Amino acid sequence: MKVAVCINHVPDTETKVKVGPDGLAIDKTGVNFMLSPYDEFAVEEGLRIREKFRGEVVAISLGPESHKETLRKALAMGADRAVLLKDEGVRDSCGVAAGLADELKSLAPDVILFGKQSIDYDDGQVGTLVAEMLGLPSVSVVVKMDIQDGKVVCDREIEGGHETVETKLPAVFTAQKGLNDPRYPSLKGIMAAKTKPIEEKAALPAAVRVAAIRMRKPAAKNPGRIIGTDKSAVAELVRLLHEEAKVI
Amino acid sequence: MKVLAFAEQRENKFKKSSLEAVQAARRLADSLGGTVVALVAGSGVEVIAAELGPYGANQVIAVDQPDLARYSSTACAKVIATVAEQQGAEIVVLSASQMGKDVAPRVAEKLKAGLAADCVALTMEDQVLVATRPVFAGKALLDVSITTPVKVYTLRPNVFTATPGSGVAAVEKISVALGAEDFGSVVIDAKVATGRPDVTEADMIVSGGRGMKGPEHFALVEQLADVLGAAVGASRAVVDAGWRPHSEQVGQTGKTVSPMLYIACGISGAVQHLAGMSSSRFIVAINKDKDAPIFQMADYGIVGDVFEVLPELTAQLKQALGR
Ligand SMILES: Cc1cc2nc3c(=O)[nH]c(=O)nc-3n(C[C@H](O)[C@H](O)[C@H](O)COP(=O)(O)OP(=O)(O)OC[C@H]3O[C@@H](n4cnc5c(N)ncnc54)[C@H](O)[C@@H]3O)c2cc1C
Ligand SMILES: Nc1ncnc2c1ncn2[C@@H]1O[C@H](COP(=O)(O)O)[C@@H](O)[C@H]1O
Repeated sequence: MKVAVCINHVPDTETKVKVGPDGLAIDKTGVNFMLSPYDEFAVEEGLRIREKFRGEVVAISLGPESHKETLRKALAMGADRAVLLKDEGVRDSCGVAAGLADELKSLAPDVILFGKQSIDYDDGQVGTLVAEMLGLPSVSVVVKMDIQDGKVVCDREIEGGHETVETKLPAVFTAQKGLNDPRYPSLKGIMAAKTKPIEEKAALPAAVRVAAIRMRKPAAKNPGRIIGTDKSAVAELVRLLHEEAKVI
Repeated sequence: MKVLAFAEQRENKFKKSSLEAVQAARRLADSLGGTVVALVAGSGVEVIAAELGPYGANQVIAVDQPDLARYSSTACAKVIATVAEQQGAEIVVLSASQMGKDVAPRVAEKLKAGLAADCVALTMEDQVLVATRPVFAGKALLDVSITTPVKVYTLRPNVFTATPGSGVAAVEKISVALGAEDFGSVVIDAKVATGRPDVTEADMIVSGGRGMKGPEHFALVEQLADVLGAAVGASRAVVDAGWRPHSEQVGQTGKTVSPMLYIACGISGAVQHLAGMSSSRFIVAINKDKDAPIFQMADYGIVGDVFEVLPELTAQLKQALGR
């Protein structure tokens, strides 16, 4: 079984977002980057599929040199090799998907895994876009995945519950929290990752479909008020919710 | 100029977020001088199609055929893209529901269109349609414009209005030819819990954190939620501890929510949690630590013990609301 996992390198969740000088993206000074959390579930699932069916796990990231750090993390977790589709420019999700689809076409994996969304732009479209570009079926927001004889049965999250989806390989899956518990890289894994290959290629150029006009901070919330220090404040809270906030 | 709104239905019932999408399409059509075509797809859906008139559809197209009884992203995308092409729609609007998010990228690619996902506002700026999307789980907003001739938008549920008016829409039933190749993945079963609403769709959310001390005490959170008809939410700490299912997690690696009222009980207010709920209209925090960061974000705070405050709040609301 050949498994490809597409992973993104994003600002960590502690980041205090500041708009950068160009007014279009965040100020990256002092920001730590990490493997996007949903992509970690995707990597883990890839490793489990390989452990069950043998084969290889290839981690792919599109972006600048710095994405190697995230590819190393996937290698340390246990991926066999990595591909960096190098691109220093700004791309929209469609451009990222076009670059990934181009590489995946020649790689021809049985299983292609994504995170359900990157936690930077929260776009949640790259995985399904790639599936459409490659003419493959997809299941998004997967919390359970069971492969048997080329058939795959997945649970995906929907509002208030789950739906079970059946598909055939090759196919694209996007991982949601709950799919698995990602392993921590072992010391041995971290050492081994240093010698595993990261192939570098130029990413296929792509046209822009969605252009950023400006990034801004949401209007600051007015500081709230403490209306009491025990349950005697409840009556006042109920009054405020009714008369001031008018939510009840 | 035509705006196509995809109105998702499950079990022949429109989702509130679909009605929001139809009404947002109406507003766009009004500012651009166009008409709204709403699309409903499924099996046996023709009978509900006319319900979209009051929300602003001029015309409703019902793709009503037995092979659409079970959802498939590929088949559904083909139906939407086919109708968009037949109608010459320049704008396609969907809800950013789980179905909308699943199908929209395929629709966009079929139409060679740009997709702005999970928008919270659509406004005209110098003749340009600007979509606002929260990024970094709401720590920032990104204004974008789509540069392709056809444009696709998904709208965050619960942000746009859905108020019925007196409009009437003509319903036209059509069919779209689908073959086995269009059903590459297909839903074979669905389990939806009845009862409490989902956090992404709820007008009100009562959320509990580690301050609830254990899964058994979430009964206090649930009781308050039930009096309000609210959803139950949770911090990651309690989801990771296995006290609550991850579908309830609010935050940067959980759900981003924007209800009218968010009540945080025993939640400290870590940046990752705040990111997911800061766009709530009114926030109430109950926490015994007066320095907890959640109070920076709360409109109304009670510095107190959840085990005393919650039962009192539930009792008083029960009385006030007559439930
Ligand atoms: C990569 C990453 C992603 C993350 N994503 C998320 C996310 O999506 N969502 C999320 O929520 N977190 C997320 N976190 C975790 C986040 O950093 C916090 O650890 C978490 O939100 C804390 O949950 P909590 O407020 O329930 O617990 P705590 O921080 O332990 O707070 C408990 C609070 O309860 C109060 N309390 C205790 N007893 C009582 C009582 N009897 N009455 C009243 N108050 C009481 C305490 O004063 C305290 O403020 C993420 C972290 C990382 C690293
Ligand atoms: N630059 C990238 N390189 C590789 N994979 C990516 C990249 N950006 C996004 N992805 C993948 O696509 C998923 C969805 O991303 P997005 O649509 O940007 O939210 C992520 O979880 C990753 O699996």
